[in-house]
Amino acid sequence: MSATLTAPGAPTNAASSPEPNPPKKRSKLPYLLLAPGMIWLAVFFVIPLGFMFATSLQVPINPDNPDKGYKPALHLHTYFDAISQYWQIYLRSFAYAGLATLIGLCLAYPLAYFIAQRAGKWRYVMLVLVVAPFFASFLLRTYAWESLLSDNSWVVKIGNFLHLLPQGRILSTPIAVIFGLTYNFLPFVILPLYASIERIDPRLIEATSDLYAKPFTGWRKVTLPLSGPGVISAALLCFIPASGDFINARLLGSINDRMIGNAIDQQFNNVRDYPTAAALSFLLMAVIMVIVTIYIRSAGTEDLL
Amino acid sequence: MTDSHKSQVEDLHLVNLTKTFPNGATAVDDLTLTIPAGSFFALLGPSGCGKTTTLRMVAGLEEPTIGRVYVGDKDMTTEPPYRRPVNTVFQNYALFPNMDIYENVAFGLRRRKVADVDAKVRAMLDLVELSTLGRRKPSQLSGGQQQRVAVARALINQPDVLLLDEPLGALDLKLRRMMQIELKRIQVEVGTTFVHVTHDQEEAMTMADTIAVMNLGQIEQLGAPVEIYEQPKTAFVANFLGQSNLFRGVVSGTEGDNLVVDINGVKVALPTSLAGGRSGKLVLGVRPEKVKIGSSERAHELPRNQVTGVVTDASFTGLSTQYLVRAPWDQELIVFEQNLAASERFENGAEVVLAWEPRHSFALDADEDLTAGLDEDVLDTIDLVADLSAETES
Repeated sequence: MSATLTAPGAPTNAASSPEPNPPKKRSKLPYLLLAPGMIWLAVFFVIPLGFMFATSLQVPINPDNPDKGYKPALHLHTYFDAISQYWQIYLRSFAYAGLATLIGLCLAYPLAYFIAQRAGKWRYVMLVLVVAPFFASFLLRTYAWESLLSDNSWVVKIGNFLHLLPQGRILSTPIAVIFGLTYNFLPFVILPLYASIERIDPRLIEATSDLYAKPFTGWRKVTLPLSGPGVISAALLCFIPASGDFINARLLGSINDRMIGNAIDQQFNNVRDYPTAAALSFLLMAVIMVIVTIYIRSAGTEDLL
Repeated sequence: MTDSHKSQVEDLHLVNLTKTFPNGATAVDDLTLTIPAGSFFALLGPSGCGKTTTLRMVAGLEEPTIGRVYVGDKDMTTEPPYRRPVNTVFQNYALFPNMDIYENVAFGLRRRKVADVDAKVRAMLDLVELSTLGRRKPSQLSGGQQQRVAVARALINQPDVLLLDEPLGALDLKLRRMMQIELKRIQVEVGTTFVHVTHDQEEAMTMADTIAVMNLGQIEQLGAPVEIYEQPKTAFVANFLGQSNLFRGVVSGTEGDNLVVDINGVKVALPTSLAGGRSGKLVLGVRPEKVKIGSSERAHELPRNQVTGVVTDASFTGLSTQYLVRAPWDQELIVFEQNLAASERFENGAEVVLAWEPRHSFALDADEDLTAGLDEDVLDTIDLVADLSAETES
């Protein structure tokens, strides 16, 4: 009785059992589940990344005419050239992405808080509204902003009437690019914030008030720290894609507002200087990884739970 | 604690307190109540009776639709929670998970910029016997320890009133009994008014000096536990606080200091002093542990009020045996017979006499609903058992 009732796949039974197969099959299952994702990443991410790294080290076959193509080499100098030529554009990209993230967090936090803690039965309607912009394409939305911010638009007219615009216009200024980035990545900021604030027990917020904390103090001491993981993932989900974005800068900015995405785009598609384009991409990845690591470390996530 | 005590603790007054929610439900209905300073007061009732809403209005977490809340002579009705001399021990404790135990307890003091935070927090952690756990996070504590932190975090502010919202609901039975005694000890030690909300009648009786039994947003009866238990004023109280055998009857005469009440043809005595001036139709009640059970041959040894019946169920619970006995008029009566060496045991189907002293009776108005305060599940079971036995008989 007891032998037949042993849990399936129990290790003690495997040796004596005439059919040793079932436990073995079971142990393969996790790998089978992992396989599709791993293969996908290997084929479409790791291998191309390797090719791109190799490309970044290539040199022109004919240095006087790059159109002849490139040959394999270990030309690390491309990286140094890229840094010295493009460091300002990198700085600008991270500044724009950082500002867009900051503005996004300021806009999204109160909204996410309201949806999560106060919206009641309207919660799901509001969440659908948050993701509604995704029903239109990214490109289309950015074109819409281009016309919304154009010099003849009512937004600019009102802004000028109130003397809010020092340059007299919005389009083709850094403001347009930053606002465009903020707008396009806002749902990515709202959703993780919502997810983390929604998990906070409303009684904790009541408890702060019961213990003499005014609403803002209660938020600063309890709600904000508890929503910390949400703030971090929201910031990353906005900052990382915004740093590499090129659509907003191209459609909404001037030539002086170019971001690193535009530079990479130009090197790949116009100049056809593949090694430089690849080196710029790798540098972008490296710097983002450094920034993200520093950010997560300093935010002290381990202290949040 | 005593040296830092405030000169005076204040009474809590609730005047015509009413709360109607936007969906039209009235949770609390014109409640007027004074809770004396320093008392351990229990608001007892089933879920949805308005007890938690009452507590939340005192805390300032809910705004009354009508009525006022006073602490002493100060009107607190419109004050936000952070300006009230009232602190709450929340259901499931609501400890701040991002802070350690020490900081949780210090939270209220720090907000009010009180001096000597460290000494006070240490003294409070000593009081609740958690001084060694100050640097732990709430998640690293057991349920009982978290419960004590929640009490410490509220009490350290020396509120005029400490509100406890089902504070022991999440603990297992043994721990709950221990914490009841512990809470009572703390209350006696600090002398603060405790207002305790619970649906557990045993918990309310163990801890409170005064119990208010609430039903449908109103107070059914208010008094000391013994008083409410022995002389319930409504069927709801009789059934919700412990169990009761309730009979419909008519006063048919007097006999010395007693009224004679006819219940389905059986004449029983009810002391006139307990009848509350009632005459004619009334409801007569007796608690199951007051009822003696015996064989018909020994009826003469049993108390004055006697009803015959047939045992339909006997469950042995260790310290007592619970009998269900069917009276001739088909009512199931409950009897708790204490497990003494001398007690005779009866099997199902045994013909028995149930008897009780007249002074152990209580009287209710004739228009009371005898099933008020019974759990819906209990009522369903009673119906089911009745149906089953009807089937077996036919």
